[in-house]
Amino acid sequence: MRYRAEVFVTLKPVVNDPAGLTIRGGLHTLGFDSVTEVRAGKYLVLTLDETDATQARARVDAMAEQLLANAVIEDYRIELEPVGEPVATGDASA
Amino acid sequence: MVFPGTWSDRDCAHAVLDVLQEPVRYIDHREQSVDDLELVILPGGFSYGDYLRCGAIARFAPVMKAVADFANRGGLVLGICNGFQILQEARLLPGALLRNASCEFRCEWVHLRVEQSNSAFTLDSRPGQVLRIPISHGEGNFFADPETLEVIERSGQVVFRYCGADGRVTADANPNGSLHNIAGITNARGNVVGMMPHPERACEPLLGSDDGLAIFRSAIHALARVPA
Repeated sequence: MRYRAEVFVTLKPVVNDPAGLTIRGGLHTLGFDSVTEVRAGKYLVLTLDETDATQARARVDAMAEQLLANAVIEDYRIELEPVGEPVATGDASA
Repeated sequence: MVFPGTWSDRDCAHAVLDVLQEPVRYIDHREQSVDDLELVILPGGFSYGDYLRCGAIARFAPVMKAVADFANRGGLVLGICNGFQILQEARLLPGALLRNASCEFRCEWVHLRVEQSNSAFTLDSRPGQVLRIPISHGEGNFFADPETLEVIERSGQVVFRYCGADGRVTADANPNGSLHNIAGITNARGNVVGMMPHPERACEPLLGSDDGLAIFRSAIHALARVPA
Protein backbone atom coordinates (compact mmCIF):
# COMPACT_ATOMS: atom_id res chain seq x y z
CA MET A 1 0.00 0.00 0.00
CA ARG A 2 1.13 3.51 -0.68
CA TYR A 3 0.97 5.98 2.18
CA ARG A 4 1.28 9.70 2.56
CA ALA A 5 2.93 10.73 5.81
CA GLU A 6 2.94 14.28 7.10
CA VAL A 7 5.63 15.02 9.65
CA PHE A 8 5.34 18.17 11.79
CA VAL A 9 8.60 19.12 13.48
CA THR A 10 8.45 21.79 16.17
CA LEU A 11 10.83 23.14 18.78
CA LYS A 12 10.23 21.70 22.24
CA PRO A 13 8.22 24.03 24.48
CA VAL A 14 11.32 24.67 26.64
CA VAL A 15 13.35 25.85 23.63
CA ASN A 16 13.26 29.54 22.77
CA ASP A 17 12.05 30.18 19.21
CA PRO A 18 13.48 33.46 17.86
CA ALA A 19 11.78 32.99 14.48
CA GLY A 20 8.40 32.50 16.17
CA LEU A 21 8.95 35.61 18.30
CA THR A 22 9.87 37.64 15.23
CA ILE A 23 6.78 36.46 13.35
CA ARG A 24 4.63 37.32 16.37
CA GLY A 25 6.14 40.81 16.36
CA GLY A 26 5.25 41.14 12.67
CA LEU A 27 1.68 40.07 13.33
CA HIS A 28 1.39 42.60 16.14
CA THR A 29 2.70 45.32 13.82
CA LEU A 30 -0.08 44.42 11.38
CA GLY A 31 -2.62 44.82 14.14
CA PHE A 32 -3.23 41.18 15.00
CA ASP A 33 -2.96 41.97 18.69
CA SER A 34 -4.79 38.84 19.82
CA VAL A 35 -1.80 36.63 18.92
CA THR A 36 -0.05 35.65 22.15
CA GLU A 37 2.35 33.04 20.77
CA VAL A 38 3.80 31.82 17.47
CA ARG A 39 5.91 28.69 17.15
CA ALA A 40 7.65 28.13 13.84
CA GLY A 41 8.45 24.61 12.68
CA LYS A 42 8.98 22.35 9.69
CA TYR A 43 6.41 20.46 7.67
CA LEU A 44 7.54 17.45 5.65
CA VAL A 45 5.43 15.28 3.35
CA LEU A 46 6.66 11.78 2.57
CA THR A 47 5.20 9.23 0.17
CA LEU A 48 6.19 5.65 0.89
CA ASP A 49 5.24 2.07 0.02
CA GLU A 50 4.77 -0.23 3.02
CA THR A 51 2.79 -3.41 3.71
CA ASP A 52 0.41 -1.82 6.23
CA ALA A 53 -0.23 1.29 8.29
CA THR A 54 1.51 -0.03 11.41
CA GLN A 55 4.66 -0.73 9.46
CA ALA A 56 4.47 2.62 7.67
CA ARG A 57 4.13 4.51 10.95
CA ALA A 58 7.01 2.56 12.51
CA ARG A 59 9.23 3.43 9.55
CA VAL A 60 8.39 7.14 9.61
CA ASP A 61 8.91 7.13 13.37
CA ALA A 62 12.39 5.71 12.84
CA MET A 63 13.11 8.33 10.17
CA ALA A 64 12.05 11.12 12.53
CA GLU A 65 14.16 9.73 15.37
CA GLN A 66 17.27 9.34 13.22
CA LEU A 67 17.13 12.35 10.92
CA LEU A 68 13.98 14.41 10.50
CA ALA A 69 13.94 15.78 14.07
CA ASN A 70 16.72 16.47 16.56
CA ALA A 71 15.54 15.06 19.89
CA VAL A 72 17.72 17.55 21.78
CA ILE A 73 15.56 20.48 20.67
CA GLU A 74 12.60 19.22 18.67
CA ASP A 75 9.37 17.23 18.96
CA TYR A 76 7.55 15.69 16.04
CA ARG A 77 4.08 14.47 15.16
CA ILE A 78 3.13 12.13 12.32
CA GLU A 79 -0.13 11.95 10.39
CA LEU A 80 -0.53 9.03 8.04
CA GLU A 81 -3.08 8.21 5.37
CA PRO A 82 -3.30 5.56 2.63
CA VAL A 83 -3.24 6.96 -0.90
CA GLY A 84 -3.78 3.77 -2.93
CA GLU A 85 -1.80 0.89 -4.37
CA PRO A 86 1.82 1.49 -5.42
CA VAL A 87 2.49 1.94 -9.12
CA ALA A 88 3.29 -1.47 -10.62
CA THR A 89 6.95 -2.13 -11.25
CA GLY A 90 8.78 -4.92 -13.07
CA ASP A 91 7.27 -7.04 -15.80
CA ALA A 92 4.06 -8.32 -14.08
CA SER A 93 1.85 -6.77 -16.79
CA ALA A 94 3.90 -7.97 -19.72
CA MET B 1 37.37 17.68 6.33
CA VAL B 2 35.57 18.72 3.18
CA PHE B 3 31.83 18.11 2.80
CA PRO B 4 29.87 19.53 -0.12
CA GLY B 5 29.32 23.11 1.03
CA THR B 6 32.26 23.35 3.45
CA TRP B 7 33.91 26.73 2.97
CA SER B 8 36.59 27.24 5.64
CA ASP B 9 38.73 24.21 4.80
CA ARG B 10 41.43 26.20 3.02
CA ASP B 11 41.57 28.81 5.77
CA CYS B 12 42.10 26.02 8.32
CA ALA B 13 44.78 24.44 6.13
CA HIS B 14 46.46 27.83 5.81
CA ALA B 15 46.59 28.25 9.59
CA VAL B 16 48.03 24.78 10.21
CA LEU B 17 50.27 24.36 7.13
CA ASP B 18 51.45 27.84 6.20
CA VAL B 19 51.47 29.50 9.59
CA LEU B 20 52.30 26.62 11.94
CA GLN B 21 54.28 24.54 9.42
CA GLU B 22 52.51 21.29 10.23
CA PRO B 23 51.50 18.81 7.48
CA VAL B 24 47.89 18.89 6.31
CA ARG B 25 45.76 16.78 4.05
CA TYR B 26 42.15 17.35 3.01
CA ILE B 27 39.72 14.59 4.02
CA ASP B 28 36.99 13.78 1.52
CA HIS B 29 33.54 13.14 3.01
CA ARG B 30 33.42 9.76 1.21
CA GLU B 31 36.54 8.37 2.87
CA GLN B 32 36.25 5.33 5.12
CA SER B 33 39.17 5.94 7.46
CA VAL B 34 41.01 8.79 9.14
CA ASP B 35 43.45 6.52 10.96
CA ASP B 36 46.50 8.08 9.29
CA LEU B 37 45.74 11.39 11.03
CA GLU B 38 46.46 12.84 14.45
CA LEU B 39 43.99 15.70 14.33
CA VAL B 40 40.72 16.05 12.44
CA ILE B 41 39.27 19.52 11.84
CA LEU B 42 35.65 19.95 10.76
CA PRO B 43 35.67 23.46 9.31
CA GLY B 44 32.86 25.93 8.92
CA GLY B 45 30.52 26.33 5.98
CA PHE B 46 27.10 25.15 4.93
CA SER B 47 27.50 21.40 4.53
CA TYR B 48 24.76 20.00 2.30
CA GLY B 49 23.23 23.46 2.14
CA ASP B 50 22.29 23.24 5.84
CA TYR B 51 19.17 21.46 4.61
CA LEU B 52 16.82 20.20 7.32
CA ARG B 53 19.15 21.37 10.12
CA CYS B 54 22.75 22.58 10.15
CA GLY B 55 24.96 19.49 10.17
CA ALA B 56 22.06 17.02 10.06
CA ILE B 57 22.98 15.51 6.68
CA ALA B 58 26.77 15.74 7.11
CA ARG B 59 26.47 13.60 10.18
CA PHE B 60 25.59 10.64 7.93
CA ALA B 61 28.44 11.17 5.46
CA PRO B 62 30.46 7.95 5.07
CA VAL B 63 33.52 9.47 6.77
CA MET B 64 31.64 10.37 9.97
CA LYS B 65 31.64 6.78 11.21
CA ALA B 66 35.44 6.88 11.00
CA VAL B 67 35.52 10.25 12.77
CA ALA B 68 33.34 8.90 15.61
CA ASP B 69 35.63 5.87 16.01
CA PHE B 70 38.66 8.17 15.91
CA ALA B 71 37.16 10.44 18.58
CA ASN B 72 36.11 7.53 20.77
CA ARG B 73 39.69 6.25 20.70
CA GLY B 74 40.90 9.62 21.95
CA GLY B 75 41.83 11.20 18.60
CA LEU B 76 41.75 15.00 18.57
CA VAL B 77 38.75 16.52 16.81
CA LEU B 78 38.01 20.23 16.44
CA GLY B 79 34.66 21.37 15.05
CA ILE B 80 34.46 25.02 14.03
CA CYS B 81 31.11 26.70 13.37
CA ASN B 82 29.30 24.27 11.03
CA GLY B 83 31.77 21.64 12.27
CA PHE B 84 30.51 22.26 15.82
CA GLN B 85 26.93 21.79 14.61
CA ILE B 86 27.92 18.51 12.92
CA LEU B 87 29.61 17.19 16.09
CA GLN B 88 26.42 17.87 18.05
CA GLU B 89 24.23 16.21 15.44
CA ALA B 90 26.60 13.22 15.63
CA ARG B 91 26.20 13.27 19.43
CA LEU B 92 29.94 13.61 19.90
CA LEU B 93 29.19 16.82 21.82
CA PRO B 94 26.12 17.70 23.91
CA GLY B 95 23.49 20.32 23.19
CA ALA B 96 22.38 21.98 19.99
CA LEU B 97 22.83 25.31 18.20
CA LEU B 98 19.65 27.25 17.52
CA ARG B 99 19.04 30.22 15.30
CA ASN B 100 20.62 33.39 16.69
CA ALA B 101 18.29 35.15 19.09
CA SER B 102 18.44 38.23 16.82
CA CYS B 103 17.44 36.09 13.80
CA GLU B 104 20.39 37.78 12.05
CA PHE B 105 23.56 36.37 10.58
CA ARG B 106 26.39 37.77 12.71
CA CYS B 107 29.82 38.33 11.19
CA GLU B 108 31.95 40.29 13.63
CA TRP B 109 34.87 40.23 16.02
CA VAL B 110 34.13 38.89 19.49
CA HIS B 111 36.10 38.30 22.66
CA LEU B 112 36.25 34.87 24.21
CA ARG B 113 37.20 34.04 27.75
CA VAL B 114 39.04 30.75 28.09
CA GLU B 115 37.29 28.85 30.88
CA GLN B 116 39.32 25.66 30.97
CA SER B 117 42.80 24.63 30.01
CA ASN B 118 41.93 20.94 30.37
CA SER B 119 40.97 20.34 26.74
CA ALA B 120 43.49 19.46 24.04
CA PHE B 121 42.68 22.76 22.32
CA THR B 122 43.14 25.05 25.33
CA LEU B 123 46.21 23.40 26.83
CA ASP B 124 48.38 26.44 26.09
CA SER B 125 45.85 28.91 27.41
CA ARG B 126 45.15 29.87 30.99
CA PRO B 127 41.64 30.17 32.40
CA GLY B 128 40.57 33.81 32.27
CA GLN B 129 42.68 34.58 29.21
CA VAL B 130 40.80 36.66 26.62
CA LEU B 131 41.07 35.82 22.91
CA ARG B 132 39.90 38.06 20.07
CA ILE B 133 38.45 35.89 17.29
CA PRO B 134 35.69 36.51 14.72
CA ILE B 135 32.32 34.79 14.46
CA SER B 136 30.33 34.27 11.26
CA HIS B 137 27.07 32.42 11.71
CA GLY B 138 23.30 32.56 11.75
CA GLU B 139 22.75 29.57 14.01
CA GLY B 140 25.16 29.64 16.93
CA ASN B 141 22.74 30.04 19.81
CA PHE B 142 23.91 27.33 22.21
CA PHE B 143 21.15 25.35 23.85
CA ALA B 144 21.08 22.37 26.19
CA ASP B 145 18.32 21.19 28.50
CA PRO B 146 18.79 22.26 32.14
CA GLU B 147 20.14 18.89 33.29
CA THR B 148 22.69 18.69 30.47
CA LEU B 149 23.70 22.32 31.02
CA GLU B 150 24.29 21.63 34.69
CA VAL B 151 26.44 18.60 33.88
CA ILE B 152 28.65 20.40 31.36
CA GLU B 153 29.07 23.38 33.69
CA ARG B 154 29.88 21.24 36.72
CA SER B 155 32.31 19.00 34.88
CA GLY B 156 34.18 21.91 33.33
CA GLN B 157 33.18 21.21 29.74
CA VAL B 158 32.60 24.86 28.87
CA VAL B 159 35.87 25.97 27.30
CA PHE B 160 34.96 29.39 25.83
CA ARG B 161 32.45 32.08 26.77
CA TYR B 162 31.61 35.28 24.93
CA CYS B 163 32.88 38.21 26.98
CA GLY B 164 33.85 41.85 26.74
CA ALA B 165 37.39 43.01 25.99
CA ASP B 166 37.95 43.09 29.75
CA GLY B 167 36.97 39.42 30.11
CA ARG B 168 33.67 40.13 31.82
CA VAL B 169 30.88 37.78 30.73
CA THR B 170 27.85 40.01 30.13
CA ALA B 171 24.59 39.86 28.19
CA ASP B 172 25.91 42.64 25.93
CA ALA B 173 28.86 40.47 24.94
CA ASN B 174 26.60 37.61 23.88
CA PRO B 175 26.20 37.84 20.08
CA ASN B 176 23.62 35.12 19.56
CA GLY B 177 21.67 34.36 22.72
CA SER B 178 23.73 31.33 23.77
CA LEU B 179 22.88 29.97 27.21
CA HIS B 180 25.52 31.04 29.76
CA ASN B 181 27.34 32.89 26.93
CA ILE B 182 28.72 29.53 25.78
CA ALA B 183 30.89 29.80 22.66
CA GLY B 184 32.69 26.46 22.82
CA ILE B 185 32.55 23.18 24.71
CA THR B 186 34.55 19.99 25.04
CA ASN B 187 33.54 16.39 25.61
CA ALA B 188 34.27 14.92 29.04
CA ARG B 189 37.56 13.45 27.84
CA GLY B 190 38.85 16.76 26.46
CA ASN B 191 39.79 15.45 23.01
CA VAL B 192 36.73 16.75 21.10
CA VAL B 193 36.03 20.49 21.06
CA GLY B 194 33.39 22.47 19.21
CA MET B 195 33.33 26.25 18.93
CA MET B 196 31.33 28.78 16.93
CA PRO B 197 34.12 31.40 16.49
CA HIS B 198 36.69 30.91 13.73
CA PRO B 199 40.26 30.62 15.10
CA GLU B 200 41.59 30.05 11.56
CA ARG B 201 40.49 33.58 10.68
CA ALA B 202 42.59 34.98 13.51
CA CYS B 203 45.94 33.31 12.82
CA GLU B 204 48.11 36.20 11.60
CA PRO B 205 48.48 39.86 12.64
CA LEU B 206 47.59 40.76 9.04
CA LEU B 207 44.10 39.37 9.66
CA GLY B 208 43.64 41.58 12.70
CA SER B 209 44.54 39.02 15.36
CA ASP B 210 46.60 35.89 15.80
CA ASP B 211 44.84 34.81 18.98
CA GLY B 212 43.34 31.80 17.20
CA LEU B 213 46.76 30.18 16.86
CA ALA B 214 46.71 29.29 20.56
CA ILE B 215 43.98 26.76 19.80
CA PHE B 216 45.85 24.98 17.00
CA ARG B 217 49.16 25.19 18.91
CA SER B 218 47.56 23.59 21.96
CA ALA B 219 46.49 20.61 19.87
CA ILE B 220 50.00 20.24 18.44
CA HIS B 221 51.47 20.34 21.94
CA ALA B 222 48.86 17.85 23.18
CA LEU B 223 49.93 15.45 20.44
CA ALA B 224 53.60 15.89 21.30
CA ARG B 225 52.86 15.14 24.92
CA VAL B 226 50.85 11.97 24.30
CA PRO B 227 52.10 10.12 21.19
CA ALA B 228 49.20 8.71 19.16
